[in-house]
Amino acid sequence: MNESILTLLIFIPVIGALAMLVFAQFGGKENPDGFKWIAVIATGIQLLLGIWLYLNYNPTDTVLTSAFTVQKEWIPQFNIQYYIGVDGLSMPMVLLTAFLSFICVISSWKITKSPFGFFALFLLLDAGMMGVFVSLDFFLFYVFWEVMLLPMYFLIGIWGGPQRQYAAIKFFLYTLFGSVFMLLAMLTLYFYSDPHTFNLIALIDTAKTIDATLWGFQIKYLIWLCLFIGFAIKVPVFPFHTWLPLAHVEAPTAISVILAGVLLKMGTYGLLRISYPLLPGEVYHFATILAVLGVINIIWGAANAIAQIDLKKMVAYSSVSHMGYVILGMAAVVSNSKAGAEAGMNGAAMQMFNHGTITAMLFLLVGVIYDKAHHRYIFFPKDYKDKALAGKQGFGGLGAQMPIYSALMAMAFFAGLGLPAMSGFISEALCFIGGFSVDTTFAGESSIIRILTIIGTLGILLNAIYFLRAFQHVFFGKLNEKYKELTDISLRELVCVVPIALIILILGIYPAPLIEMIAPTFSNLIDLIQSTPIMGI
Amino acid sequence: MDNLSTYLIISAILFSLGIYGVMTRRNAVAILMGIELILNSANLNFVAFNRFSGMEKLEGQVFSIFVIVLAAAEAAIALAIIINLYKNLNTVDVDEADSLKG
Amino acid sequence: MPISIFTLFLILPLASFIFQLSIGKRIGRNSHWVSLSFIFVTLCIALGNLFSEISHHSDEHASNLVFNWIDLGTFKIEHGFQLDSLSAIMLVVVSLVSFLVHLYSTEYMKGDPRYTRYFGFLGLFTFSMNGIVLADNLIMMYVFWELVGLSSYLLIGFWFEKDSAANASKKAFLTNRVGDIGMFLGIMTIYFFTASLGSATLSFDGITALFQSSFSSFTPADITIVTIAGVLIFCGAIGKSAQFPLNIWLPDAMEGPTPVSALIHAATMVAAGVYMTVRIFPFLTPQALEVVAVVGAVTAFGAAIIAITQKDIKKVLAYSTVSQLGYMVMALGVGAYQAGFFHLTTHAMFKACLFLCSGSVIHAMHHALHHLNDHKTDPQDMSNMGGMRNKMPITYASMLIATLAIAGVPLFSGFLSKDMILAGTLAYYHAHHGWTIILPIAGFGAAVITAFYMFRLIYLTFHGEPARKDVYDQIHESPLPMAFPLMLLAGLSLAFSFTFNLNPMDSHGWFTHLISEGINVVGLNMSQVIDGIHHAHHDAMIISLTVAGIGIGLAAIFYLYKLVNVEKLAGVLNFFGLYNLSYNKFYIDEIYDAILYRPFMWFCNLFSWIDWDLYDQKFIDFWGWFTLKISDGAGYSDYNWLDQKLVDGFGKITNKFGQGLKVTQSGIIQNYLLGGVIGFVTIFIIFKAF
Repeated sequence: MNESILTLLIFIPVIGALAMLVFAQFGGKENPDGFKWIAVIATGIQLLLGIWLYLNYNPTDTVLTSAFTVQKEWIPQFNIQYYIGVDGLSMPMVLLTAFLSFICVISSWKITKSPFGFFALFLLLDAGMMGVFVSLDFFLFYVFWEVMLLPMYFLIGIWGGPQRQYAAIKFFLYTLFGSVFMLLAMLTLYFYSDPHTFNLIALIDTAKTIDATLWGFQIKYLIWLCLFIGFAIKVPVFPFHTWLPLAHVEAPTAISVILAGVLLKMGTYGLLRISYPLLPGEVYHFATILAVLGVINIIWGAANAIAQIDLKKMVAYSSVSHMGYVILGMAAVVSNSKAGAEAGMNGAAMQMFNHGTITAMLFLLVGVIYDKAHHRYIFFPKDYKDKALAGKQGFGGLGAQMPIYSALMAMAFFAGLGLPAMSGFISEALCFIGGFSVDTTFAGESSIIRILTIIGTLGILLNAIYFLRAFQHVFFGKLNEKYKELTDISLRELVCVVPIALIILILGIYPAPLIEMIAPTFSNLIDLIQSTPIMGI
Repeated sequence: MDNLSTYLIISAILFSLGIYGVMTRRNAVAILMGIELILNSANLNFVAFNRFSGMEKLEGQVFSIFVIVLAAAEAAIALAIIINLYKNLNTVDVDEADSLKG
Repeated sequence: MPISIFTLFLILPLASFIFQLSIGKRIGRNSHWVSLSFIFVTLCIALGNLFSEISHHSDEHASNLVFNWIDLGTFKIEHGFQLDSLSAIMLVVVSLVSFLVHLYSTEYMKGDPRYTRYFGFLGLFTFSMNGIVLADNLIMMYVFWELVGLSSYLLIGFWFEKDSAANASKKAFLTNRVGDIGMFLGIMTIYFFTASLGSATLSFDGITALFQSSFSSFTPADITIVTIAGVLIFCGAIGKSAQFPLNIWLPDAMEGPTPVSALIHAATMVAAGVYMTVRIFPFLTPQALEVVAVVGAVTAFGAAIIAITQKDIKKVLAYSTVSQLGYMVMALGVGAYQAGFFHLTTHAMFKACLFLCSGSVIHAMHHALHHLNDHKTDPQDMSNMGGMRNKMPITYASMLIATLAIAGVPLFSGFLSKDMILAGTLAYYHAHHGWTIILPIAGFGAAVITAFYMFRLIYLTFHGEPARKDVYDQIHESPLPMAFPLMLLAGLSLAFSFTFNLNPMDSHGWFTHLISEGINVVGLNMSQVIDGIHHAHHDAMIISLTVAGIGIGLAAIFYLYKLVNVEKLAGVLNFFGLYNLSYNKFYIDEIYDAILYRPFMWFCNLFSWIDWDLYDQKFIDFWGWFTLKISDGAGYSDYNWLDQKLVDGFGKITNKFGQGLKVTQSGIIQNYLLGGVIGFVTIFIIFKAF
């Protein structure tokens, strides 16, 4: 079981997809519900395996000592391995992926347009995501990274909103653009390492010995840059973020959840898994840039969210803002205070998980209202097709009409704006504490990271503004006569949302389970980076 | 008179006659005859060179015998072609057989 | 008392919240018994704790319950309970007012469609407020600080169908958040400063002890850092206690139900800012305290001026609250630690009483208007009241006592605490001279104005002729669940309740016994301050008695005996714009709207335009367009040039060539042979030639 659990986690969805293929040949046309059930079973098993993994996971293990690590030859001619394992960095992401995939399948129950295609692609996507998070071989990682793109393209492009094709193409090209840089970095690492290898663990030792220059730059510096562009697009880091609002808005609810909940984390995960341990010396050079971009993300994302009139677009921009916290926290690794570095790095990792849950809840809830009212405007746009509604408030007074829904939405909004007792507060606070801890000097140079963090704390206010504004205009005020008949959230939707809400609350009050899972790994990573001598560019 | 040049001159004359025949005659059978002349001029050369260059083993003669044999075979095939040509076109005038014309 | 008992302060109100929100609605009205009994239990525990504190008072702090919240290895955050006299008193204040408000609300909120939810929110508030009181460190305080913000948001917006309530709740939360940013930055500054001193800590005792031991080695830069940290943390109090310049939310918060205003926006939550300042007082440097004092003075005086002209009974009380909170903050700023906290406690009682009384009046007005089917008239407008003392004797008596207390009349609690504060400001001036004269001026000035506008309120509401006879006839005294809290709180507004001493000028009693004069470990010489206050005490008492008399007298002249035409006076004052300035709250809201809110929203829209319409649609999509055009061009050149011209060109050339050579293919064998011969001859000649 130990040996095969990770492989199972990746390939159970694939088996599910194959089962659908078989089912489609034998009677699938008559009962489309069968596809949903197969998807539920596949993701359900995956979730159970994930929980089993969590229960048996020992946080102090590294991937080298973990019982779950699998290392097999795959393409020996090029020294490519099937090398998978989990540590404190990937563990929360694996759980998040399994959990959200299951939730998303349930939330997509009402998909009527070709359920076979939808759920089969969804399962492939699931497999790709899981693969990314457990791969310890760069080549394998890259393969899964790309595998995931394709189903995503179709899921947005076929089942999306009115502008779905534009959104899908944009998402695909944007991401592919980043992948090119990543490929470049991967091959450079491969050819410069001796012996040539894609093994991410072996590269920790060999990558830092690379000593070559290109156009007057250390080649390691360029590798870092390429990796960063590749990952930054996924995060998305300003200014590579504009695919996100469109893709999130156009994608169907479940896919928005996956996009915001899991896909964005791949960017920061990649940085933490590949850039940080492989090229620790370069982290120092990039820390300030990371912090600058992180703070821009926080402020810019929030400011844009304030200006949005579409609920879903607002949530999408809030993701940009919240991922900024992760970037800022990651920059704190250079802090000369160990406590600060710990706070920043763990905060970043926790924010990845917490934002995954919070934003998932937000998108699910926005999806609920969209299903009921067939629009999700806080205010109708000025050029709305129905002239009578243009510029008017979209909802209003739903608080009295849909008490359970509004309570859940209130919870999600307050979690989003970082209210204590919700998980988001802890991780955001830790990211700020981390950023703030970077003293005015590090590595012998003066640093502006602390100043940036102080600017970034403005996000505390800005995030509150748009959430409360949206909450007021949707739920407060007099009930909009049009929505007198609106029913409260259904049982199936509750099943999707309530578990997420519970996780947010529990981790907000008692974060220890998450912290225990990640802290040892990050302690090692911080030691690795801080013990690396800093070299010139 | 009994020297190589004489034979070669005769052979050249024969060759030239043959070429002339081949080039100028329209009748396929006449062309065939021209070719026979060319072949015979070559035979003459073989034999003459064999004799005057002091070869012991009569390679020249052997070769000319080969050529004669080949000429016989060639004549047989060529005649067969000519007959077929006649059958198809009712003529043995080669100018009429111009279906290869580009 | 065992430590774990104190967790009940958190568990019971939270249980009430969960109960009301989950199953309360199905039980209906009777579910308030659950909340009442839960809060009553906490009240009993709090009282028991206070009595045990009084009887075994010691300066030693009880051991804390430590809960390891976040442990990242080096970075740790632990939560514990701060059990000392401050929290003992505060717990009683919170539990008592909370219980009375619960009781009061059973009548006041009767028939509300979200009745049970209301009690749930009250439970949530009590939970969070107790958390603030019990917190032994800044982060825990911050956590509950935000949670009170949440419950305040929910309760202000309780009648969210009203747009004004919805706006007010949002405004309250956001304004508080502005202060919270400062507080959070201050917490981080303190944390890393203590870390640089060798032991990172955020607990109040820990910081105090650390600074005490290392203050002698502080460099001027260190002092600056501690000052900045102190001021930043105090920003939280500026937000929560509605100090200038973040005072704008509290008056709007009166959109919530009146009992909520009494509990949250008068007695407890807004006092949390002061409570927090009390907690951090030991490590506020003299420079930081200067800021605190000025903020308090400006608030105390400015809010008092605004209160004069307000017509809405609750707005008057709201500004009075802001003003009184300014007093408390100013007290702490001048080092009058004991006075500040004393005023917090006395204010909690009399202000809760005032609000509940006003609620009682509004309740009666509301019912009367409802009875008359008049939904136009504002039940909170004092110009529609008058003469109600005959109809509502209990309310009148209670409110009068509380008003006497707030006006600073001897025998009432406010006199004692206010007197101590004013002595503090006077002493501060004596010690520092110069500009600090504004502190006593603001203090005494605000005292005159307070006495004036409070009696204006009393006279307009309860005395004189009824403004609306038809309404007046329908007014009835409130039922017992509402009247009982009024009487109890009125009793607690008597000086006797805090001193157990019949001498009205002597503030010594159980309270001063419990609350020491405070310590300061970062440069403020407390014994000097205390001496100064002691010396100034006599003068302060005389002046404050005088000013209270002046204020009450003026109010009586203007509003009771109507010797001066108030309208005319207002008109004269308005010649200088003074009346409008006060009535429109110094236009602070309008100024914020013009210089902050509108530009901010404009910028957000601009950012959005830049982000989407410009950056994405123009720049990013430009690359898409560019690529498309490039590929169009490439496609065009590929087909038209490369394919059609070059590749097909070869074909065409070959074709032409073939056409040319075709003539040689005559089909005449002799021609071919001739060619062959010519070729042969040519080659022969060439070979011969070379």
